[in-house]
Amino acid sequence: MKKYLKPYPDKCIACRACESACSMLYFKEDSAEKSCIRISENAAGNDINVCNQCQTCVATCPTLALKVNAQGVVMVDKNLCISCYMCVAACPTKSMHRYMNGLNPFKCVACGMCAKSCPTEAIAIGQE
Amino acid sequence: MDTSNINAMKANHRLLTEYKYDLKPVIKGYNRRTLYINLSHNIIKEKYVSDEMIEKFVGGKGFDLKLMWDAVMDTTKWNDPENEIVISFGPLCGNTNYPGSGKSIVTTISPLTGIPVDCNVGGHFGPYTKFSGFDALELQGKAKEDVIVFIDGDKGIVQIFTAPDEDLNSHIVAEQFIHEFADEPGKEQFVSVVSSGQASDHVLITCLNFSFWDKRRQVARLKQAGRGGTGTVFRDKHIKALVVKYSGLKGDTNHPVDIETLQKTGLRLHKEIEKGDSTQCHMREMGTAHLMEVMNDYDLLPTKNFKYGQTDEAIGLHSKEFKALFTQGVPDGCWFGCSLSCCKAVDNFKPRTGPYKGQPVCVDGPEYETGAGCGSNLFIWDPKDVVEINFYCDTYGVDTISFGTSTAFAMECYEYGIIDIMHTGGLDLEWGNADAVLELLHQMARGEGFGIIVGQGVRRMKKLFAEKYCADSDLLHDIGMEAKGLEYSQYMSKESLAQQGGYTLALKGPQHDEAWLIFMDMVNNLIPTFEDKAEALHYFPMFRTWFGLQGLCKLPWNDIEPEDNATTDEPAKVPEHVQNYVDIYTAVTGKPMDKKMLIRQSERVYNFQKVFCLRMGGGKRIDDIPPYRAMGPVTEEEYLSRQERYDKALKEKAFTNPEGMSVQDKMKVLRTYRYNQYDQLVDAVYKRKGWTKEGIPTLEHLKEIGMDLPEVLEVVKRFL
Repeated sequence: MKKYLKPYPDKCIACRACESACSMLYFKEDSAEKSCIRISENAAGNDINVCNQCQTCVATCPTLALKVNAQGVVMVDKNLCISCYMCVAACPTKSMHRYMNGLNPFKCVACGMCAKSCPTEAIAIGQE
Repeated sequence: MDTSNINAMKANHRLLTEYKYDLKPVIKGYNRRTLYINLSHNIIKEKYVSDEMIEKFVGGKGFDLKLMWDAVMDTTKWNDPENEIVISFGPLCGNTNYPGSGKSIVTTISPLTGIPVDCNVGGHFGPYTKFSGFDALELQGKAKEDVIVFIDGDKGIVQIFTAPDEDLNSHIVAEQFIHEFADEPGKEQFVSVVSSGQASDHVLITCLNFSFWDKRRQVARLKQAGRGGTGTVFRDKHIKALVVKYSGLKGDTNHPVDIETLQKTGLRLHKEIEKGDSTQCHMREMGTAHLMEVMNDYDLLPTKNFKYGQTDEAIGLHSKEFKALFTQGVPDGCWFGCSLSCCKAVDNFKPRTGPYKGQPVCVDGPEYETGAGCGSNLFIWDPKDVVEINFYCDTYGVDTISFGTSTAFAMECYEYGIIDIMHTGGLDLEWGNADAVLELLHQMARGEGFGIIVGQGVRRMKKLFAEKYCADSDLLHDIGMEAKGLEYSQYMSKESLAQQGGYTLALKGPQHDEAWLIFMDMVNNLIPTFEDKAEALHYFPMFRTWFGLQGLCKLPWNDIEPEDNATTDEPAKVPEHVQNYVDIYTAVTGKPMDKKMLIRQSERVYNFQKVFCLRMGGGKRIDDIPPYRAMGPVTEEEYLSRQERYDKALKEKAFTNPEGMSVQDKMKVLRTYRYNQYDQLVDAVYKRKGWTKEGIPTLEHLKEIGMDLPEVLEVVKRFL
């Protein structure tokens, strides 16, 4: 089973409520740089970047700090992470993040808080 | 491994002495103290690191040499108690952001050369010892019985124990001590061990193994401080192992002044590797073994003791063969955060010979040097034989490079009848006889038979064969691939004058870690004049010395290149990556740095090492002369195998018409020409390095670079 955040970019209006909800939940501040979900506005339309729980990063971690939980979600164990960011470089969707002067990388854990904040249902929790 | 007797072995340790120290954070890459241990008298103490020591010697190899200089006398031999093994780490060592940042540098007075040797080695011991509180570890004296030194970096305690029951061979002893000293099962990754092996009790061509616990494989991996016989000194001091435990590693344990730059620079390189490695060097798939067919294609892969550089049989050791043996898709960095991930391993390998026959083991490597030294150079073409030689070399504590070159020399002597089966005690040293080669290794471990003789290295074998077996000493000198007493590493330098210098002018002996110029010189003809070559033989040794000052690995510098590197002014220098080093140095230490200052830091330590060699009785021009095998064809068969090339060289370079000349006469003219060229090269290099024609650093140069310390000048003046 894999729980993940499913994006519907066609519905996205780039209000960025999801970014605010995410960064407020995890970092207690409203900052797109500290959001696990990222919205970008392009000529072709809006894009939603968020982890699809593909687990590529898990195989790259030298300390086994990236683990898959029972719901199929990749979690960062902050006690084991040594901030090398090999996972950030290896992520095929660029959905593993770091922030200025921080240590641990961070990523979407499919908590669904952003989906609740989205006014257009452009993101939803999915399962495979 | 079977851990049932771990507690019993630990219970048999006897504490000889203990030292408690204050735990303090590393600040800007430095602890500002080193750890001194005297094994003769069980003394453990700290030494303060002054501003001047940092200014002049930086860290890593610089600290090693400075501490060792102060410890030894001019007359000190490798097995005198005052000789030291010093292990240091450098200010950038242990950062988890920039690939290749976990290196330790080991120095000692070498049993092979009598001068300082330095080895750059991975594994977790260096970073953990640094984060335990020390910028270097100095080991002096000799214990009365086998001991271990344990550094508990979590509690601030250093202890010396007797350790009578643990094994000597590294693949076993590393795991024994890891299990003994880990706080609990599951925390093995916080312990690292330095060990050697049985052979270090008997022979000189030995190494040290630095471990790291591989969490995925659940085994101790082993990285080698390979050159110069460090294992022999280690065992002569009756050290069974050094053990460190440190559990507090984080991404900022070095306390850099600018972590943002450090992280961003490292991440940029991670991304380059992620994108480029699979089309460039394939380090993640095969490590340096990817070079096997490249070297063969360019006539650079040594076969039959460096007679030839190319052969059809080399397909047997093609990198795809090693790739098939290496477990794929595992992050194989020897320190955390190295995404280049080159230290490949063969899992569940079952040796077919020796004491571990049939037991599944994890073998680190083979790397290129081992594939060439213990494979092609011995005319062994089964990759599994190479893996087995690699395994036993590592666990017995034998240097695969010196083993390969020494054995190749013995095999060539066997081919010529200089030695025969009577001399070898029944070993048939025909080219390609892997069984005999493995038996040589087992003899080194058991301390018996012809293995002990080969294990003395090429220089001592030459003397022995000439004196005892009345061999032609000129021939032995020509084919014995050693200089300064150290065996050559595994590249053919016959057609590259610059690489002949790169090898033979290297301070510790002919290792390619100072300069690898074959493609620049021989293939791409980018350094055609003596002055060009001299500039390269100044810049690259200085640049590469810097890795050893900082605790860095060379490989992420040019075994991955930025996409646009070829369009830069000096692609051989990989300018973007040099800038990375400048940036991360300042990011960690807060000190100013640029590309010129980087070279100047190295020049100080490099010249200090040069003067150290002079002080110990080496370091002179006569020590910088290669055997002719490194320069051209020694035998008629070598000449004839590449006759067209050599005839052309005679005609176009030596201005001699080869037509009508005998092969012997052509060989003589070519030899005279090449030695003359080499002499001119040495003149040019010495001049560029600020040395006299005899290879002595001038007082002016030492003053200019800031290495005019009174003790240095005192030594230099003896030779001017």
